[in-house]
Amino acid sequence: MQAREYSIETKDLTRVFRVKRREARGEKREITALDRADLAVERGELFGVLGPNGAGKTTLIKILATLLSPTSGTARVAGVDVVANPWEVRRHIGMVSGGESSGYGLLTVEENLWMFSQFYGMRGADVRKRIKELLEVVGLADGAKTKIYHLSTGMRQKMNFARGFLTDPEILFLDEPTIGLDVQTARTLRAYIRKWMDDHPDRTILLTTHYMYEADELCDRVAIIDQGKVLACDTPAALKRDLQEEAVFRLKVEGDLDPEKLLRGIAGVHRFTHAARDGHAQLDLILADENVLLPVLSGIQGTGGRLVSLEKRAPTLEDVFIRLVGHGLNEGGDAGGASEPAP
Amino acid sequence: MTARVRGKETWRSLRVAVWLGWQVESNWTDPFLFAVYSVVRPVAGALILVFMYLVVARGGLENPLFPYVFVGNAFYIYVGAVLMGISWVVIDDREHYGMLKYMYVAPLNILTYLLGRGVAQTAIATIATAITLLFGVGVLGIRIPPGQVDWGLLAVALVLGLSALAFMGLLLAGATLLTARHNFFIGQAVAGALYLLSGVVFPLDVLPPALQWVGKALPVTYWLEALRRALLGEGGNEALRAIPTGHLLPILAGSTLALAVVSILFFRWAEGVAHCRGLLDMQTMY
Repeated sequence: MQAREYSIETKDLTRVFRVKRREARGEKREITALDRADLAVERGELFGVLGPNGAGKTTLIKILATLLSPTSGTARVAGVDVVANPWEVRRHIGMVSGGESSGYGLLTVEENLWMFSQFYGMRGADVRKRIKELLEVVGLADGAKTKIYHLSTGMRQKMNFARGFLTDPEILFLDEPTIGLDVQTARTLRAYIRKWMDDHPDRTILLTTHYMYEADELCDRVAIIDQGKVLACDTPAALKRDLQEEAVFRLKVEGDLDPEKLLRGIAGVHRFTHAARDGHAQLDLILADENVLLPVLSGIQGTGGRLVSLEKRAPTLEDVFIRLVGHGLNEGGDAGGASEPAP
Repeated sequence: MTARVRGKETWRSLRVAVWLGWQVESNWTDPFLFAVYSVVRPVAGALILVFMYLVVARGGLENPLFPYVFVGNAFYIYVGAVLMGISWVVIDDREHYGMLKYMYVAPLNILTYLLGRGVAQTAIATIATAITLLFGVGVLGIRIPPGQVDWGLLAVALVLGLSALAFMGLLLAGATLLTARHNFFIGQAVAGALYLLSGVVFPLDVLPPALQWVGKALPVTYWLEALRRALLGEGGNEALRAIPTGHLLPILAGSTLALAVVSILFFRWAEGVAHCRGLLDMQTMY
């Protein structure tokens, strides 16, 4: 029987970065950015990789996009080994990295995009039409003749988003494409990503994000990754289904509270996170069942705390992540965690 | 993959890189200012040289050494432009524009792309060299009668020499790929060494014997010697006088070919190391 061919397939993919002795300062001299990652993405899938900053998402994309070699393991894109034949892989892929302000400052937005279309061998009047269409999507139609150095970082990011879709690549890597963008723009770009996939059912997208809403809304399947390890991989619905037997609550509490001390001793509290929000302590709890809430509330009362609000929530991907890792997507990881934007 | 597809990719990499190089080099100001700058810069450079020659070296313009120095300097404009033009692309694209990674992800021939980006610099250097030579002939009285110029030798030497410089640029681009942006001076250091060792402003004969041998191993030395013989009738280097003009071009061609092989191999090796270490999209803002 012939083995199934995936758009993207990794087996035991590992990448270890060696830290220079003078930079290590006595710490460990190796950082494992990816740890035996196994992924299989089918043609036509919008596949998400969800994890906090420093989880290994960008390293994964860099390897798949032939910018970085793995330390061990294999990666195949469009059926081609990324190490053995990177030139062939590049004929099938496109890439967009969010949160950066790349672009040739002295060229106009239109020229930048035209130049890339030429590198990919696009020809004819369709190129101009496609550029115009994409600039309208990202809201840069009026800035087509503007030189890049006049653009804000966000506008450059929109231009780069347009560049990624310009050539309608067979496989597109989107590395945190909406990071740092305003809510309205992020929503527009997400809608376009979904529409593009619907219009091109033979194309594949691998999207990395640390916004659980983005992964939940967009992706057909999601791999949850932390510290280089793939912890779970399934459809968002299936991932959340695993939590449905448990009870997920969000509490806001006023008063001097030590959540660690309070919750550690209560049986049936599976996971919890806490953060300060608007002068209150916000507790997100995953409980064995609703009955566990009573000892939690008694505990709060016993420490002099006052319950401000209580909400029973449907499980989210963030809850799945908390269940798997023990902390939220924007806490406990590496520095620089950005907060979740409003959907 | 067929050779035809590969050829197409190479051609479009070159074509678009030349266009991009020209936009980056010429688009920083309006066309009039760019034209003025292109004329004034080489003339100013020539005047500095004349000033140094007359005041510091206390030479006279009628001294036979002056045309030697002047022609050497005029063509040295190419050295900085082509050498730095190609190697600087790595730093510029990677660290300034943040685009090198997208070039690597695109289906283009990166070697051709880098060489193509250097074409704009070469074109600007050609204008500067021509203006400098015209200034030397018209204002400083250097004798280069068109009827006595060996145009064939000039054309072939120019093509071979520029090719050699382009491959040196590629060699430097490979080194630049592995180093932080602060090491841009590598290019200046190499250009400076060539200025000293290739007989640009003084004949090879004044160098210590060991350095003379280094100079004789450099294609740029034979390039300048051939150009001087083509324009002035003689090269001016006693150390190279024994080489007949008919042998100069094969030596230049051979050394250029050797340089091409070495630089392509080195660049590919450096690229492999950069790929392993994750340097293709390195940002060294520290």
